Amino acid sequence: MDTGAETSFARDAERLQALEEKTRELEKRLAQVEGQAPEDRVTLVIFSGDLDRVLAAFVIATGAAAMGEQVSMFFTFWGLSVLKKGKQLSGKTLFQQMMTVMSPGSSESLPVSKMNYFGVGAKMLRSMMKQKNVSSLEEMIALARELGVRMIACEMSRDVMGIHDSELVGGLECGGVASCLADALKSRTSLFI
Amino acid sequence: MSQAFDKLLDARGLNCPMPLVNARREIARIEIGQVLKVVASDRGSVADFQGWSKVAKNVELVGQETEPAEGGNVYVHYVKRTA
Repeated sequence: MDTGAETSFARDAERLQALEEKTRELEKRLAQVEGQAPEDRVTLVIFSGDLDRVLAAFVIATGAAAMGEQVSMFFTFWGLSVLKKGKQLSGKTLFQQMMTVMSPGSSESLPVSKMNYFGVGAKMLRSMMKQKNVSSLEEMIALARELGVRMIACEMSRDVMGIHDSELVGGLECGGVASCLADALKSRTSLFI
Repeated sequence: MSQAFDKLLDARGLNCPMPLVNARREIARIEIGQVLKVVASDRGSVADFQGWSKVAKNVELVGQETEPAEGGNVYVHYVKRTA
């Protein structure tokens, strides 16, 4: 028998095995890296309940959705006013009732962050936008829904402020910081507005 | 310019983000390989359509031009659906 050839075969087989092992290891690591790579996703946290800031948020949200991004909007604290459809006082503590009375009852009564003057500023901004044929906030909210933008109401701030589900518009998800971060961590862009 | 197109979208008079949003809607209604012509009066749409084609995997900007019109320029974008 030619022992020289046999040892050479054995060596080749060994080398092949080592290579296969290495490939498997690399594939595993690649899958790990792919799992961590950001997706075509944008996450917005809407903390503010100011008309101008919320408008900016919805322009970004609808624009991003149009560009093919998956968009999640988390509404928390004053931002929850955007999602309200009315006010309700029953079943609330005194402080919650006070907050309800002093907060906007819907997106239509949001103040502007500057020069609001008891709502006159907001009305002015809306009429100026209409003149320039910019979509209204309500049109943009409807558009965002149509484009598949996810809207999530923060459960904690909703509970603290005593906002009942019946005061909010339909079609919302509810979630907390983890659901927000789960989306944000996979996003290329996350904004706090 | 004699860029051929398969569908025309008139977005004149609309402001950000509507030209983009409407174009996105229309691009889903044409076949792969077809070209959508978008006519807009929003000056920002020039950069917006460039950004869109850079980010989205299913569109290619095959041409852009500015035409003078009554009451300001008109911005024309030719977007091809690639997937």
